[in-house]
Amino acid sequence: MSNIAIGNGGAIVYPPGTSDAEIEAAALRAAIRHGRLVIFWRLAILALLLGTWEVFARYGIIDSFFYSYPSAIADRLYELVMEGTDEAPLYYHLYVTMEEAMIGFLFGSVFGILFGVALGRNRMMSDVLSVYIKVLNAIPRVVLAPIFILLFGFGLWSKVALSFVMVFFVVFSNAFQGVREADRAMIANAQILGASKWALTRSVIIPSAMSWIFASLHISFGFAIVGAIVGEFIGSRYGIGFIIQTARGVHDTAEMYAAIVIIVVVVLGAEWVMTRIEERLARWRPPAMNDTNG
Amino acid sequence: MGLADVTDTSPAIELINVNRRFLSPDGKSFATLSDFNISVARGEFVALVGPTGCGKSTTLNLITGLGKPSSGEVRVMGQPVNGIDPRIGFVFQADALFPWRTVIDNVVAGPLFRGRSREDAYAAGRDWLARVGLAKFENHYPHQLSGGMRKRVALAQTFINGPEILLMDEPFSALDAQTRVLMHEELLRLWSQTKAAVVFVTHDLEEAIALADKVYVLTARPATVKAVHTIDIPRPRVLSDLRYQPEFIEMSRRIWQDLKEEVKFGADASEAA
Ligand SMILES: Nc1ncnc2c1ncn2[C@@H]1O[C@H](COP(=O)(O)OP(=O)(O)OP(=O)(O)O)[C@@H](O)[C@H]1O
Ligand SMILES: [Mg+2]
Repeated sequence: MSNIAIGNGGAIVYPPGTSDAEIEAAALRAAIRHGRLVIFWRLAILALLLGTWEVFARYGIIDSFFYSYPSAIADRLYELVMEGTDEAPLYYHLYVTMEEAMIGFLFGSVFGILFGVALGRNRMMSDVLSVYIKVLNAIPRVVLAPIFILLFGFGLWSKVALSFVMVFFVVFSNAFQGVREADRAMIANAQILGASKWALTRSVIIPSAMSWIFASLHISFGFAIVGAIVGEFIGSRYGIGFIIQTARGVHDTAEMYAAIVIIVVVVLGAEWVMTRIEERLARWRPPAMNDTNG
Repeated sequence: MGLADVTDTSPAIELINVNRRFLSPDGKSFATLSDFNISVARGEFVALVGPTGCGKSTTLNLITGLGKPSSGEVRVMGQPVNGIDPRIGFVFQADALFPWRTVIDNVVAGPLFRGRSREDAYAAGRDWLARVGLAKFENHYPHQLSGGMRKRVALAQTFINGPEILLMDEPFSALDAQTRVLMHEELLRLWSQTKAAVVFVTHDLEEAIALADKVYVLTARPATVKAVHTIDIPRPRVLSDLRYQPEFIEMSRRIWQDLKEEVKFGADASEAA
């Protein structure tokens, strides 16, 4: 048992006569060891980065006015969480930003999917409209921010609009692509089995485009937040972007970084939720290579 | 009733002087089927063999109504094809199951598309899964099955609609030799209960002879019928030993004589192009 060795390809080589139970136990131990090692190195790198940053800032190697330092950021983060800003408690700022991003994300992805599927299914429509979509897509989204503020004011809807355009094109082009990639044999099969045009779209085209669509939803949730925050930079009364903008005004770099930490946590949380939903919806898919061999 | 009388005696499938032309990528029109004539009686099992690219899949496509002839007429049950005929079933070469649906949900797709009630559809679906020996796997997803099992799901998915015409485009070509023979037996068993007219496309002459009443040999593109071989092996056939019998081997040799020239011809033509 002690002479179980790691072979050339990383596969574990067992001496003849090793029982299944022994192999399983060894594999389990190897897996646990691997997992611990990964976590150890992740924490080590984090500690190293934060420690270096802290030390460099405190000894003046980097300018703490611009770069702040981890302990100061942690302090400001604590204050933000406990007391909020002069205008509102933190949860309210967060609520405002999330509301803008979520509504923009929702509308952007729903319309993106609708247009993507419609154009993907209709050759004439896509040939005619594709040139306009190309032109619109060439506009850098953030230049629309001031225009939306002008159009929709300082409140919710200017940020929703910006989040919407950030999300729409990504989801649209993936949905379109996904529809175009739908397997021809599968479509023919459904048609011969008796699917009407609508049944075909609903039960073959959309499910087979789903993995493309989901890939775009992953990226575009981050974009929705970008839209909301950029909108808040340009003009707002609340929100995480507003906190960053105010902090910049009073040269409070620690607070700017603290706000960034908050947004990172939110995006990671949303990412996690989205992955769970996707796993639930994609039970039918063969598992990705899970023979990692410890 | 007069019309019904006519259609009841008419062949299941008729292609009359059918031409089908396609456009090549550089915009030139070329013929894939030319003056193609074939007639399949009701309940008859026909195999089509021919060199690759000659137009076999194209022929099946015309019968389903997914494709239209450039000229000539395609008739199904005595009537011109107009759209996808619900009496037709199709088994594909590639995996055409819906991978996001479980086995049972794949099998009931047809009945549900055709507006049968859910209880009805699922009852029939379970029945068909039992008939192809997959009752235990109804909640599996296609990726969890072997290639042979997936083919059986595809058969159940097609047979559940009670097709009067069954089109099969190299359905078993991706399977290993042993599984293929099992599938042949399965297919003949299912078919003997329905007596649908079958058009079975294959490159495997033994498969064609073992299954069919008639084997049509097609020419290289543009395809026309080169020869028809009638296979008078009595049914029910015992497939496992069939291929070693002298008549079988003789038949196989005769058909290969016809096909060989076309395969060569096709190769020459594509070299010249
Ligand atoms: N949609 C299409 N557009 C253009 N050409 C086509 C199209 N479909 C088929 N063809 C051409 O028609 C010819 C016959 O194709 P088909 O698929 O019917 O051949 P096949 O006999 O089924 O071949 P295989 O045995 O390899 O499956 C081929 O040369 C092919 O390139
Ligand atoms: Mg083919």
